[in-house]
Amino acid sequence: MSDEALKRTPLYETHVALGAKMVPFAGYDMPVQYPTGILTEHKWTRESAGLFEVSHMGQCSIVGPDFETAARAMEMIVPADILSLKPGQQRYSQLLNIQGGISDDLMITHSNWSGLEGSLYVVVNASRKGFDFAHIEENLPPGLTFKRYDNLALMALQGPKAEEALAKLNVGVKALAFMNSGRFDLAGITAHVSRSGYTGEDGFEISVDGAEAAKLWNKLLEDPLVKPIGLGARDSLRLEAGLCLYGHDIDRTTSPIEAQLQWSIAKRRRADGGFIGAHRVQRELLGGVSRKRVGIKPEGRAPARDGTEIQDESGRKIGVITSGGFGPSVNGPVAMGYVETAYAAAGTPIQLIVRGQALPASVCNLPFIPNRFKK
Amino acid sequence: MKFSKDHEWVTVAGGVATIGITDHAQGQLGDVVFVDLPKVGRVVKAHESVATVESVKAASDVYVPVSGEVVEVNGDLAGDPSLVNRAPESDGWFMKVKLSNEAELGELMDKAAYDKLVG
Repeated sequence: MSDEALKRTPLYETHVALGAKMVPFAGYDMPVQYPTGILTEHKWTRESAGLFEVSHMGQCSIVGPDFETAARAMEMIVPADILSLKPGQQRYSQLLNIQGGISDDLMITHSNWSGLEGSLYVVVNASRKGFDFAHIEENLPPGLTFKRYDNLALMALQGPKAEEALAKLNVGVKALAFMNSGRFDLAGITAHVSRSGYTGEDGFEISVDGAEAAKLWNKLLEDPLVKPIGLGARDSLRLEAGLCLYGHDIDRTTSPIEAQLQWSIAKRRRADGGFIGAHRVQRELLGGVSRKRVGIKPEGRAPARDGTEIQDESGRKIGVITSGGFGPSVNGPVAMGYVETAYAAAGTPIQLIVRGQALPASVCNLPFIPNRFKK
Repeated sequence: MKFSKDHEWVTVAGGVATIGITDHAQGQLGDVVFVDLPKVGRVVKAHESVATVESVKAASDVYVPVSGEVVEVNGDLAGDPSLVNRAPESDGWFMKVKLSNEAELGELMDKAAYDKLVG
């Protein structure tokens, strides 16, 4: 990957013009921060509205003769309930491998897009889209087709004033419920808008033709409520919100149950199985897991980063931090990681080995900042 | 003020070097949220990693450009680490080291040479 030229998103030039610091991320040259810096961008998103470009993520569709056929095909490769999705509704799930480990996490929408009604619109992680697209296509039964949308841009408008800002372009977005989507005209641009995000705040994810992305981006930035936000703040926002980052908090070795994502697996799917990796998921739901993903609050001010060893009070290794850093809204260090199940209860004292020193910490509930999704 | 290629600055008075990170370095790091400083009394060798500066995004080592004994650290950084961003080459200093080998100062750059390095 490092030998290949970095790919550019439709808004690359726009980020550079805004003074963004560009860094390689999942093969793309992406804005990690704008001149105001990560702390300011993070706080702005929690107080007003932050605009993120995430066009590096993978967008695709599964198109079948009807919704039920497409939904049943998708239920073979994810543990979520897809059949019950109403038109426009979306759900979080995971692609599992045969051992029940997580190959990626993704968003699946029952499309209500004119001409694509009944299809599934899917968004996957940038770092995994090569694998995911091949995996999804390989597992489709005959009669279904897979479409990837490499020319679509994706942006997210997140924060308590996101609704106010987007409603100025189309008041209809106010009626969108959390985890629902639809087609909207935004400043003359046709957009797929969903009420969702990765910050713990209310907000929208907006998919548009790459050729029109800059026009919409600039229109949104004309609003003083809206500022551009880079991937640095995206990471600190999602960590405070207790949301998993693929390759860190979840990967091929972790199951959805260990990752505490059982909320995303409906009762019918738990009972019936019938998806790749179901054996482990069902076994762990019944028999429990040996480790769990937990929130971790270090005492003091020193952040504990990804890879930090977690010990019990006697100095025995009981786990590892998978995401850790400074939470600007918490105004202190925050982390997530896996610990042996006996240590997973909130309030359990632990210690973190940072630069050879044992720092006191405790297991805590997630999220660090209460979610403020649209009710 | 002298500069190291690792982006530290040094001023010397009475055989004691005051050390911090350069304005260029703080700009590269971004918002500083924590600084881990050495204990007073520690004997350090030139080019040794003796402190860590944590930004929101990452942890970075700070290398001491001269040898000697740490005689003071900047206690203000514990309560206000953003001093490193606001005043990197004055109030945001990291530590004072009593020099054991003043000849090492000769390896450091002047401002013109450092500015050229960071372009």
